[in-house]
Amino acid sequence: MVDLIVVPLLKIVVLIVAVLTAVAYMVLLERKVQAWVQVRLGPMRVGPHGVLQPVADVLKLLIKEDITPSRVDRWVFTLAPIIVLVCAFWVFAVIPVGPTVELFGREVSLQLTDLNVGLLYVVSIASLGIYGTILAGWSSNSKYPLLGSLRASAQLVSYEVAVTMTLVTIILLTGSLSFNRIVEVQRDMGVWFAFLQPVAFFIYFVGGLAETNRAPFDLPEAEQELVAGFHTEYSGIRFALFFLAEYTNMIVVSAVAVTVFFGGWLAPFPNVGWLSWLGYIPGWMWFVIKVFGVLYAFLWVRATFPRYRYDQLMRLGWKVLIPLAIANVIVTAAVKVWWLS
Amino acid sequence: MLEAYVPVLILLLVSIAFALVLLLVAWAVAPEKFSKVKLQPYECGIEPVTDARDRYSVRYYLVAMLFVIFDVETVFLYPWAVIMDDLLLFGLIEMLVFLGILIIGYAYAWRKGALEWA
Repeated sequence: MVDLIVVPLLKIVVLIVAVLTAVAYMVLLERKVQAWVQVRLGPMRVGPHGVLQPVADVLKLLIKEDITPSRVDRWVFTLAPIIVLVCAFWVFAVIPVGPTVELFGREVSLQLTDLNVGLLYVVSIASLGIYGTILAGWSSNSKYPLLGSLRASAQLVSYEVAVTMTLVTIILLTGSLSFNRIVEVQRDMGVWFAFLQPVAFFIYFVGGLAETNRAPFDLPEAEQELVAGFHTEYSGIRFALFFLAEYTNMIVVSAVAVTVFFGGWLAPFPNVGWLSWLGYIPGWMWFVIKVFGVLYAFLWVRATFPRYRYDQLMRLGWKVLIPLAIANVIVTAAVKVWWLS
Repeated sequence: MLEAYVPVLILLLVSIAFALVLLLVAWAVAPEKFSKVKLQPYECGIEPVTDARDRYSVRYYLVAMLFVIFDVETVFLYPWAVIMDDLLLFGLIEMLVFLGILIIGYAYAWRKGALEWA
């Protein structure tokens, strides 16, 4: 009973608090990094160097009026942000944050549950969130949100194929879909899969940018064309739910990237003598450091690249990434057969 | 084996509860002032004339259909990749045949212009 309900419940509480904190500071980090890239200071007023800005943002969103426009479909309009947020949180169930540790005389694994279908679970749950986006655009009954949600769904669906396909190479390397196993194989082989499968990592990263609607693929919410995309009609707390979900999704994409391509909670350079002190830093801390490293790359890309045009976006997805992913799978399989026989 | 899914279920319930609590708290504290103009759909200051749910480009349907084909194909690749250790050359050839048929379809869709957007 304790192992089945209480321990997971405690883990979930810690997880959700951690994700919320990460999201809050991710937003601040984004504004700061953008500002530094453009030689500005960014938020400076709330607290020293703006460190309390997230608190102010949350309070503001909570006490703003939550408008339900007159033409919307009320129930679906409220349901949509809930779907998006729940799907974003739900993915975290299988992500290993660290190795098994001893806490209060009990062996606790820093992973909610080690499903043997982990990778498939992540892929499927992460793409469920698009229902929320479509319903939001449809129920708003306004032109910009509808266009935004159509674009978002077509874009997500196009890049979904390439990302799902490219993860097959990881399964070929590990022979398992379990996230724990994927990390263990990287430890035993002594190499992170990003170096073994650079093409797969490239496809995953580009696809991740597109699936989280990040620049340079932020067409669903391109301000100059579509106002704010599918959440144009949203305000107050329901907008906050979308906002939260969007940043949670970015953390999900980074966490999966870290687990699959950067050795999860493993410390880097375990075989270099004078760097062995890196192993004393606990695994979950490495995980957080790596996740923020990938998130920083997201911000860096946003500050650097101009936005794609929609036909260019579709061409990249269907005519470049998908053939590349198929070729990568075939080559990996052939090399594996050759290696084993 | 099924016990592994209990935390998944708990996480689902907790995150739904979290979203609902956020909504209820906000609705309790947020102000609500009625104004007819404010409740209109946003259209850059112009009064909306028609219903927004109009016809849209057929391209979106095409993308959806292509997606279904390719995603189902990828789902077939997952179990194949898991047991690749045992199948070896037999598995590789089998999958090349399967992928080959799909690549022919892909080339056909490309030539027909189904992958073009403009």
